[in-house]
Amino acid sequence: MNFSRKALIGIPYVWLLVLFLVPFLIVFKISLSDYAISIPPYTPTLDTTNGWWAGIRELWAGWDFENFVFLTQDDLYWKAYLSSLKIAVIATLLTLLVGFPIAYGMASAPPEWRTSLLMLVILPFWTSFLIRVYAWIGILSNEGFLNQFLMWTGITSEPLVILNTDWAVYIGIVYTYLPFMVLPIYSSLEKLDESLIEAALDLGCTRIGAFWSVTIHLAKPGVIAGSFLVFIPTLGEFVIPSLLGGSKTLMIGKVLWEEFFSNRDWPVAAAVAVILLMILIVPIVLFQQNQQKQREAAK
Amino acid sequence: MNKLGTISAVALIASASAVFAEEVRVYNWSDYIDESLLEKFEQETGIELIYDVFDSNEVLETKLLAGGSGYDVVVPSATFLQRQIQAGAFQKLDISQLPNHGNLWSDIQARTEPYDPGGEYSVNYMWGTTGIGFNIGKVTEILGEDAPLDSWDLVFDPANMEKLAECGVYFLDAPTEMIPAALNYIGEDPDSHDPEVIAKAEAVFEAVRPYIRKFHSSEYINALANGDICVAVGWSGDVFLAQFRASEAENGHEIDYAIPNEGAQMWFDQLAIPADAPNPEGAHKFINFILNAENAAAATNYVWYASGNEAAQEFIDDEILEYPAVYPSEDTLNKLYITTPYPPRVQRTVTRLWTTIKSGT
Repeated sequence: MNFSRKALIGIPYVWLLVLFLVPFLIVFKISLSDYAISIPPYTPTLDTTNGWWAGIRELWAGWDFENFVFLTQDDLYWKAYLSSLKIAVIATLLTLLVGFPIAYGMASAPPEWRTSLLMLVILPFWTSFLIRVYAWIGILSNEGFLNQFLMWTGITSEPLVILNTDWAVYIGIVYTYLPFMVLPIYSSLEKLDESLIEAALDLGCTRIGAFWSVTIHLAKPGVIAGSFLVFIPTLGEFVIPSLLGGSKTLMIGKVLWEEFFSNRDWPVAAAVAVILLMILIVPIVLFQQNQQKQREAAK
Repeated sequence: MNKLGTISAVALIASASAVFAEEVRVYNWSDYIDESLLEKFEQETGIELIYDVFDSNEVLETKLLAGGSGYDVVVPSATFLQRQIQAGAFQKLDISQLPNHGNLWSDIQARTEPYDPGGEYSVNYMWGTTGIGFNIGKVTEILGEDAPLDSWDLVFDPANMEKLAECGVYFLDAPTEMIPAALNYIGEDPDSHDPEVIAKAEAVFEAVRPYIRKFHSSEYINALANGDICVAVGWSGDVFLAQFRASEAENGHEIDYAIPNEGAQMWFDQLAIPADAPNPEGAHKFINFILNAENAAAATNYVWYASGNEAAQEFIDDEILEYPAVYPSEDTLNKLYITTPYPPRVQRTVTRLWTTIKSGT
């Protein structure tokens, strides 16, 4: 292998090293420290006045797993992790429920429409994510568009309280992450060969049976990819629950924010983040394996 | 763009920056100054002013403690300032560079003394109270004409809260303001640092928790203004902003603010210079500019918070000076209390208690 080829392969590794491993090690290092009123607000920090070696030894002596032990002592953290998992799972299923028909509709549309439909799915990304979530406050609030419309049509006489409940969080997540679900499903459905369905029908399958064993089956890689792309960021989601959710919506992103900003306890905040990452590694590895299998199947 | 265009654009940018030999970076609360003052500062001093805003002490503190914020002047609240001074985040003010220092209001200086002894690191910008904002029409419609608008009973008595729940009540999502308010309500020392005393606040919130729609520290401004909610525990000037927005919109919602007669928290926002400020001299010039009586008055006339500047009172609108919710009477002033920062362990107890109150976990 020549040098330029090695360098080319090396780029992704350098990328991962600099933008993933190094930041993670910094966070992990902080999680082993203790809170202090200083700049930065934790101790120990590397002090090289007595030479590098003494500084590093002191640093090593000051580290411990106290913060991780602390996380197991208060049930808040476990409840927050579990509640985040629950919200992420439900939100992913809801996104799938909404996203699949959209992707199916797009893939079944005449080819000359598809580019425009694809554009429509991507278009919301041209506006700031924050502004779009804020817009939902205007739609869902008691005096918002939705309630005004429902009361105008006479469907309800009292405004529905949606904003500041878990429902608002689900609506926000489904809306925001929908393209991540639609695009992978669309790309697997688009490749679907119509003649396979015709063959299934010719061989005595019912319409529903053919849909199930051909369409759904072949869309599976897209469904799995889309679900992971929604699930992983949703688990650590902070903005949507804090803007649309109520005070009862317990999510780990919010707990992390409080550790960092209200308690100013960077070391505990870092420990919360390290555990969140460990929880996320499982689905990320599963996702990678799924991608790998698909690539091998395509060969 | 053609080449000539590019060159002239570069020349334009170069000449624009040549007008200002130096720059001062200021980090202040959002909606907290008359913006015409910013231009006036640039014209008077020839220093370019870069003005950014934040909306929570926590965000400012995190930037300061991370170091290298790049700001020359910041405006933390006094309780936060005290801890930040301890952490070594600020440099001492050079009074000789602040000829307008004499304009400061000695009463307010005396009240900020516990946070910054001798005023070595900071000067007061504005101060206010944490009280109750309400929609007069909606509240009196529900609770009757004799609704306890000037009492904490409005939000801490479950009987009132049960009725108010349907029209909406927000509480500040600020444990260091809400817990002292609850302690004060039950006759405990609002500034208590004793975890056992602090724990007593839980029962107060527990009783009204089902009727609170949300804990949030800024959304109540718009929610009050457009009639989504009818009561909010909030900061004086923010409620006036809601009042102003409602009257601008002519939506028929009349908003007002009261300092409850049981007493309320008084807080102070202080101008200070970070230890690593790139341009401390320019920072002093900016602080001195704000300390000018007419400039301080312009800021107060715009944002409706009381100024820490006594000389400015001459230029402040009578409407504001005579408004007891902004400039409280001597009597009310005596009932206002201040709080000091919690030590780290107690802070953790307070935050944890607050999470329990909010989420039931």
